[in-house]
Amino acid sequence: MTENMQSTEIAGDERFPEEELETVTQHRSLWGDVWRQFRKHKGAMTGVIVFIFITLMVSLGPLLHDIDPSAINFSERNFGPTLAHPLGTDNIGHDTLAQMLAGGQVSLAVGFLAMLIALLLGTLIGVLAGFIKSLDGPLMRLTDLFLALPILPLLLVIILLFRDTLRTIYGPETGIFMLIVFVIGITSWMHTARIVRSDVLGIKEREFVMAADSIGVRKRRIIFRHILPNILSPIMVSATLGIANAIITESALSFLGLGFPPDFPTWGRLLYDGANFIQITPARVIWPGLFIALTVLSVNYIGDGLRDALDPRLRGR
Amino acid sequence: MIHYIFRRTLIAVPTLLVISFIIFAILDLAPNDPTGNLPMTVPPEVRAKIRSSLGLDEPMHIRFGLWLVQFFINEPLNLMHEGFGISIGDAENRTRVISWATRSPVVDLIIQRTPQTLWVVGLSYLFGILIAIPIGIVSAYRQYSWFDQVGTFVSMVGFSVPTFFTGIVAIIIFSVQLRWFPMIYDTTLVVDSWQNFVSQVKQMIMPVSVLSLYNASQLSRFMRASILDNLNLDYVRTARAKGRSERVVLLIHVLRNSLIPVVTLIALGIPTIFSGAIITEQIFRVNGLGQLLIIAIEGADIPLVQTLTFIFAVLIVFFNLIADVVYGILDPRIRYD
Repeated sequence: MTENMQSTEIAGDERFPEEELETVTQHRSLWGDVWRQFRKHKGAMTGVIVFIFITLMVSLGPLLHDIDPSAINFSERNFGPTLAHPLGTDNIGHDTLAQMLAGGQVSLAVGFLAMLIALLLGTLIGVLAGFIKSLDGPLMRLTDLFLALPILPLLLVIILLFRDTLRTIYGPETGIFMLIVFVIGITSWMHTARIVRSDVLGIKEREFVMAADSIGVRKRRIIFRHILPNILSPIMVSATLGIANAIITESALSFLGLGFPPDFPTWGRLLYDGANFIQITPARVIWPGLFIALTVLSVNYIGDGLRDALDPRLRGR
Repeated sequence: MIHYIFRRTLIAVPTLLVISFIIFAILDLAPNDPTGNLPMTVPPEVRAKIRSSLGLDEPMHIRFGLWLVQFFINEPLNLMHEGFGISIGDAENRTRVISWATRSPVVDLIIQRTPQTLWVVGLSYLFGILIAIPIGIVSAYRQYSWFDQVGTFVSMVGFSVPTFFTGIVAIIIFSVQLRWFPMIYDTTLVVDSWQNFVSQVKQMIMPVSVLSLYNASQLSRFMRASILDNLNLDYVRTARAKGRSERVVLLIHVLRNSLIPVVTLIALGIPTIFSGAIITEQIFRVNGLGQLLIIAIEGADIPLVQTLTFIFAVLIVFFNLIADVVYGILDPRIRYD
């Protein structure tokens, strides 16, 4: 009997050559698969590289190019590109590159923080609505209500009306920064909430959740241990779209003159200030616009790649 | 179907009431004083009088009720009176929603500004649709061809690059450098001769094409995806097996089915004609609804802001309803009852 088993084992080993066995037993995690698929998406990889480059540039750039972005120098007004000012200067002698870098920090920070708020809020509301039946109706009506609000006009109104109050409480820059991040965050969580809810509704009926429930796992632990990991992919996709959306909204608000104050550069604000000087120094419009466009484009491509990579039906194609 | 429309309308009414209250509350909670811009020499008693003449002494719920009555009862009655000569009740002494800044009825201001917005932004939405549908069809039919690659890239760029950047680049190139088109949209232009017509077209080209590109890039992505979803279905194979030509298969069988979600998307996007106008009108200096809203916000003209924002909300709710109903009519698989 034992001999027999051994012989079949040996026979089995012979059937599989060494190499093939290795590939079969090689550990392939879910995220490894996702990463492998993601790398195949050329646009997404380019997007990652561009996005990392922009992030590094705005965070490390000021160390290399150490001109104070708010330094005013009237003797060097409206310069074209020179060695000291690679992107030229504006009408009161601000260095455009230094302003671009400082503005980029703010724009990216607004994008990230507003996305985080929207994501947390959207996931919270989505999970609650999907998991707790009595909350489903009210929370989804709330989502519908928010979707029906005219967002841009309301954002403009809120910022204009509350700007001065917050400015006196937290100082001119922190106050307006908090206000903008907060209002963009609380007006862009609805799509995340809807997607998360529908995914939670599907997953909570699955066997592994029932199994966890039947052995007495607490509700909160079921949500964090079993449900959240399974809805991570739509959350990640909406995170990338959220960054793009927040950056565009912030620059649109600044462009309308209702975002950050004039002495506080962001890409949108630079674009707005530069728009009045397009005949003298078009570079002041081109650079911030180009960087808004590049950032949003790269983030959108990353989102596209993530969506493809996280969709198991598309994986392996 | 009628039952469904009726039910949806019944839900829409409280939704709109809540939205109008939210807008009202935001505007009301804000620390804001319409007499704040008056000179310092105006004595406090006069300020108090001005405030009470604007109706600001009343508690919030009464002012909200008054606004509701003015907007939902008095304004429609007034429109009927002026537009069709039908007068119900006392037409002359009806209180209307009055703008604080201009002291004229808000609805009249909105009616003045609507044509410009509709012409520029509405036309670009129409062009966007007309461009997007053929591009989407060809992209999907020749998937992964060079046309598809280029089309997908261009639509990704068009969708990512905000209009306030493309608009300004267009101004730099075509107005500043080439001097083909005027930089500022002249709304006082009256089209009464061929020459005026030409300059009207000239000044519309830039805003319309910038916005059409943006609209088209969003729609064409969606159109492409929708056609791709349909191309692999069984009925397409059946149609081909029957020996229908590719043109008939694509343009009759597939297109009709793929247009269903696209039509709903188009309906859902119509309210963005008005809210998207806010940015475009600011770039090209078109004095439409968007600019009216910006001016009202900057001047803290609360009744005008309240009414305009609420009208945007009404449009969103209304076209959501239209989109759902159209979807139900076009797709017989959807049954609401």
